[in-house]
Amino acid sequence: MRAHYLEASGVRPVPADPRGVLAGTHYLDGDFACGEGAMAAGCRFVAGYPITPSTEIVERIGRRFPFVGGIFIQMEDELASMAAVVGGSWTGTKCMTVTSGPGFSLMMENIGLAAMMETPVVVVDVQRAGPSTGLPTMVGQGDMMQARWGSHGDYGVIALSPRSPQEAFDLTIDAFNLAELYRVPVLMMMDECVGHMTEKVVIPPADQIEIVPRRLTKQSPAEYLPYRADESLVPEMIRAGDGYRFHTTGLTHDERGYPTMTVEAQQVLVRRLVDKIQKNAHKIIRVEEDQTAGADVVVVSYGITSRVAQLGVEMARERGARVGTLRLVVCWPFPEARIRELARVVKAFVVPEINFGQMSLEVERCAAGRAITTGVPHAGGGVHDPEEICRAILEAAR
Amino acid sequence: MDRTEVRVTGYGGQGVVLISTVIGRAWAVHAGKHAAMIQSFGPEARGSACSATLAMSETEVLYPYVRHPDVLVAMSAEGFELYKDELKDEGVVVYEANLVHPVVKPTQRAYGIPSTQLAEALGRVLVQNVVMLGFFSAITKLVPMEAMREALRHSVPAGTEELNMKAFEKGREYAEKLLAEHAPGAAKT
Repeated sequence: MRAHYLEASGVRPVPADPRGVLAGTHYLDGDFACGEGAMAAGCRFVAGYPITPSTEIVERIGRRFPFVGGIFIQMEDELASMAAVVGGSWTGTKCMTVTSGPGFSLMMENIGLAAMMETPVVVVDVQRAGPSTGLPTMVGQGDMMQARWGSHGDYGVIALSPRSPQEAFDLTIDAFNLAELYRVPVLMMMDECVGHMTEKVVIPPADQIEIVPRRLTKQSPAEYLPYRADESLVPEMIRAGDGYRFHTTGLTHDERGYPTMTVEAQQVLVRRLVDKIQKNAHKIIRVEEDQTAGADVVVVSYGITSRVAQLGVEMARERGARVGTLRLVVCWPFPEARIRELARVVKAFVVPEINFGQMSLEVERCAAGRAITTGVPHAGGGVHDPEEICRAILEAAR
Repeated sequence: MDRTEVRVTGYGGQGVVLISTVIGRAWAVHAGKHAAMIQSFGPEARGSACSATLAMSETEVLYPYVRHPDVLVAMSAEGFELYKDELKDEGVVVYEANLVHPVVKPTQRAYGIPSTQLAEALGRVLVQNVVMLGFFSAITKLVPMEAMREALRHSVPAGTEELNMKAFEKGREYAEKLLAEHAPGAAKT
């Protein structure tokens, strides 16, 4: 079955390049699976600076790229890594960088540049416990708000959160496709637990993997304007060297891509950067729900926490609670409409996450007082005790 | 089997991760079940304590960490000391008999094999972990033997399959002999 975001886009996907697809049933950790997902998605340029717990992704890619036809560069730091993939993308190559917390912070300025220049790139953040150097080898989910708001100014962004090595593979492909569809940096918000956990990963044959190719303009060089969008709000691209007149900049620009320092140009451009995600949010959003109909309490979670929460939910059900679950597969854009809808019929939301309350703030905002929102915080370095989640559910159900 | 937890410990360089990967792969890929393997990440290097854990289940493993293993595979005395207290009361210790001298609770069982010595006899001490793997397989019977063999073949470098399979069978045979000696009704010596 074709993924919802592809169906909704109206774009005709193409099969994956078999060179990058290691078809078969494997036993891989989430980092390796993410690397395989990138190669299957057609990624052929990766620039990065190694950092635990993300390093295995580039180790995998570094080992396999020579056979796949890709280039990996170990850069001097994360600022350069992010800049390199933004530049690389303008050659028509699918590009990715990989990091964790401290490196993610350093990438923020150029993530904003990618958003402003509307450059399709994938940034993987294998979250470890922060702040600062924190616990390098241990799990955290504390970068979720940074993913949304980390660079200055207003822009739309897409973020995904895998809960298993299998999803680290599958969602990395989706991340590349979404980056092409909406011309935004797409953030793969992994966590150390999923990254370092080894499980079965099934990689389908190349002809069963659907890829969104770079959406290059069919207009002539005389007609083409690099930042003119139709009603989809996403302009068509060209490749550097294709013979089109082309200019791009982090400054506020007009449809030609030229700096234009006016309130009007700012209004048109930034409005579109925000709208292209907001107005297409229904096509991008992906949640997984279970037993939300008739539930008193809905547990909202993502990543590794969604697995641990499932145990807490089962314990609470055994003790008579009517609990449903809603898992964020896509975290940004946030499923506002669905949370609003549920808030009218449930008593409470319980939001366990490995931070002191980030996505729970979104749930609370959308619930807008119609239902209670209870966060179940965890400082990081480990996952929740399912019993603790169960207690929060029972408390909320009262 | 609802959920079985295994911890493998030894010192860096003994092949702790390979053993764990083969067990997990055998159960998840070749037996079609679910196994989450996590290797400990710390300031570990060759010669220092190292461990990996497996959570094995018929259904998706929701909680990936191991808290009270059913089986502790101990290839170093330090590893055994570090992890013996988390072993279940009915747990099983599988150990390297020349390196580890475990004292266990009366409710626990312990089975030793001189895996390093046996590997040396095969000509490559490096396959010590695979001797241990064969031993583990036959003692615990957690994973179908054929799935183990399949997983092992997939996990070792090309060209070393024969030696590794020989090492595996060596460990398995040793375990079967040991179990026969301990079986009820077996001749007491």
